[in-house]
Amino acid sequence: MHNHPNNNAMIEMRGITKRFGQVTANENVDLTVYRGEILSVLGENGSGKTSLMNMLAGIYFPDAGHIFVEGREVVIRSPKDSFDLGIGMIHQHFKLVDVLTAAENIILGLPGAQVLDMKAVKADIQKLLDKYGFELDLNAKIYEMSVSQKQTVEIVKMLYRGAHILILDEPTAVLTPQETDKLFQVLRNMRAQGHSIIIITHKLNEVLSLSDRVAVLRKGQYVGTVDTKDATEMSLTEMMVGEKVVLDIERPDPVNPVMKIHMKDVTVVNKEGREVLSHATFKAYTGEILGIAGIAGSGQKELLEVISGLQKAVTGNIEYINRKGHIKELTKMSAEKIREIGIRLAFVPEDRLGMGLVASMGMTDNMMLRSYKMGKGIFSRRKEPHDLAERIKKDLGVVTPSIEWPVGRMSGGNVQKVLVGREIASSPQVLMVAYPVRGLDINSSYQIYHLLNEQKKQGSCVICVGEDLDVLLALCDRILVLADGKITGVVDARTATKEQIGLMMTNETKEVQA
Amino acid sequence: MSAPVKEPLFHVVKRDNAGLMRSVLVRVIAIVLALLVSAVVIVLLTGMNPLHVYAALWDGAVGTSRRAWITTRDAAILLCIGFAVMPAFRMRFWNIGAEGQVLVGAMATAAVMIYGKNLPAWALYTLCPAAGIAAGAIWGVIPAFFKAHWNTNETLFTLMLNYIATQLVAFGIIFWENPPGSNSVGLINAKGKIGWLPSIGKNSYLLPILIVVGLALILFVYMRYTKQGYEITVVGESENTAHYAAINVKRVIIRTMAICGGIGGIAGYLLAAGVGHTISTGLSGGRGFTAIVVAWLGKLNPFAMMVVAFGLVFMEKGALEIASQFNLNENASEILTGILLFFILGCEFFINYRLEFRKHNKEGVKA
Repeated sequence: MHNHPNNNAMIEMRGITKRFGQVTANENVDLTVYRGEILSVLGENGSGKTSLMNMLAGIYFPDAGHIFVEGREVVIRSPKDSFDLGIGMIHQHFKLVDVLTAAENIILGLPGAQVLDMKAVKADIQKLLDKYGFELDLNAKIYEMSVSQKQTVEIVKMLYRGAHILILDEPTAVLTPQETDKLFQVLRNMRAQGHSIIIITHKLNEVLSLSDRVAVLRKGQYVGTVDTKDATEMSLTEMMVGEKVVLDIERPDPVNPVMKIHMKDVTVVNKEGREVLSHATFKAYTGEILGIAGIAGSGQKELLEVISGLQKAVTGNIEYINRKGHIKELTKMSAEKIREIGIRLAFVPEDRLGMGLVASMGMTDNMMLRSYKMGKGIFSRRKEPHDLAERIKKDLGVVTPSIEWPVGRMSGGNVQKVLVGREIASSPQVLMVAYPVRGLDINSSYQIYHLLNEQKKQGSCVICVGEDLDVLLALCDRILVLADGKITGVVDARTATKEQIGLMMTNETKEVQA
Repeated sequence: MSAPVKEPLFHVVKRDNAGLMRSVLVRVIAIVLALLVSAVVIVLLTGMNPLHVYAALWDGAVGTSRRAWITTRDAAILLCIGFAVMPAFRMRFWNIGAEGQVLVGAMATAAVMIYGKNLPAWALYTLCPAAGIAAGAIWGVIPAFFKAHWNTNETLFTLMLNYIATQLVAFGIIFWENPPGSNSVGLINAKGKIGWLPSIGKNSYLLPILIVVGLALILFVYMRYTKQGYEITVVGESENTAHYAAINVKRVIIRTMAICGGIGGIAGYLLAAGVGHTISTGLSGGRGFTAIVVAWLGKLNPFAMMVVAFGLVFMEKGALEIASQFNLNENASEILTGILLFFILGCEFFINYRLEFRKHNKEGVKA
């Protein structure tokens, strides 16, 4: 097996199978991690990466197979067993206590003296921080921290507990490029100290820049492991999806753009009274895709929600121009009112299962969210939603045992297809999507891009909040950049560069409107 | 590095979809086991033949046709109160105020019966239930209004309203005392039975039962096939999603609680005009809380709730018979009910999950 002798294996998984009811998450998967290496586990959504790792972390118990740690067969029955073996997993959703400080979270649950000597503890942790090059204020409370700082706390927590095998589940999904670089540097330092690191990801550039070897899963099956130096983006993609995919996104030119939404000086404040969107002014046109870029939490959510009537604007107004050129004032309208006067705004929110869909309902009932008021009388019509659900399942290739299967139990990509499919079905005049391909595999992503382009060609005004600048630059016509609630500029996506936008995302210098 | 090498004795695996046959079978086994365990307990505690005790239980609940009618009618009333909490629970609104909603419904009914003695019969038959429903609805809307507008805690609010309702009824009893000094209102309109729920033929039990069965059908259709029923489910699942779907959440909360309170009011009407023909502070007798058990054990399904309500009342009536026939105190039957509930609730686990045991032949295969 390559140039590593097998007795150097930190972890070996052999023939691991895990089923959830009739869904097979992992089938006969083998995986080996050596001492002092970074292994990427690569796979599309729903390929079983996370469930495989959860079996190492003691969250799931395998239905079949063997796990060896440093050559000895072990049984991991609980997260505690996993800790005892030196395995630490950093989940996508952090498990921290908000009101405690970083240091308190790190030592939480560890045995110790009745009276804590926090000074000594902090000194101890500080040594660890210096050793690996972390930047962290140990006295800061969790709720004051950025996502990347919280992630650092999670990693340090594991190291402080003596973990020498670290598993990170999509660690970069919520980080800015700079934060990602910093994280990678720390991970490399840890590798140099002899730690083994597994990162779950589906970003190919990260795999190539960081890891020593890549293990690829496809639909719960183990495809193979390759050395990163022998791999290319194309070869990995082929292993991952099993077939060649074209890597460019189409971008038709806008046809007769007409102004559809005109936002003037709109400010939105959150519950704490902080301005989360300040004095936003922009125009959106029919037949174009307007991209919205920005670091997570810069006001993207508020921008979309204030248009759809889910948030109130404290200043300014939002004008909607209908087909006849009449101006409708949306500012003071609730979502219900907007619907009543016949304006079809479609909205794919970031929180799919907590806002866009009802997790416990099947596809049909979720289709009804948009259409249950249709028709006269007290009864809701079920035939049309049922047909629509069937059509979306077929057209978008939604994988589900039945259209009555709760959407909360589908994989992320399928959930997104159900949501986008429903929103597009209403042939909207304005289509707003937030992170439409977050967590989606390559095939599904392209399907979504295609659907957005279809809407654009039909003359919809499409507004797309995204996080991958490459995608925004390839897909959109114009890109609006937000930084800390302010619009720092609108650029032409055909000529703008990534660096330019990156600068506008972090810097509040005003750019010339394109 | 001291991980256990042994596989755990068993681990829990979620079942995908237990078939109907299977879930029925598991429940039947649970009931049989409960009867067996109860039998052991009976023998150990009293030395009596458990079969005799079970026979008495059956006899007390449905042994004569009169008993069977009373048991069924009381089950219907309990079910009706269960319906007063069910839509609210579907909406995740913890209405524990059915007790109060029933009481004010009964009180309003009594008031109409007392003051409307001289009205024509048809007017009373309309006004009595209308007053009961209206009073119950108001009692339901008060906490809903505060919840919708200021997000007050509905559990505390509905609970407190129960006490106010009890005090109102206590006041009503003093106000309408009959005969004076009795500290009760006696049988209202005993002469001429004015405003009393009519008998069908000679059977005075049938009409309340039919009313509640009709209510069950209406609620089933309402929750499952109407726009309003759909709104209730969405609000219960996620308020965020409800806002997103342009559902007016405040309106749904208030409207649903008006319906719940109204149904509680119907139960109050049935009690005042159809069962006791009087009111007292103990009129509801804790059924507003038992109704919560009925709703959840029946998984908020009107027809499953029917079975549960009947089962609970059956046990209660049977228990009274055991108590008198064998000279046991009533707690003995509570023990039996407790054992039964334990097994019925416990068997849900085996319907939703299964245990996978350690494979004993593992070493053998390796060797």
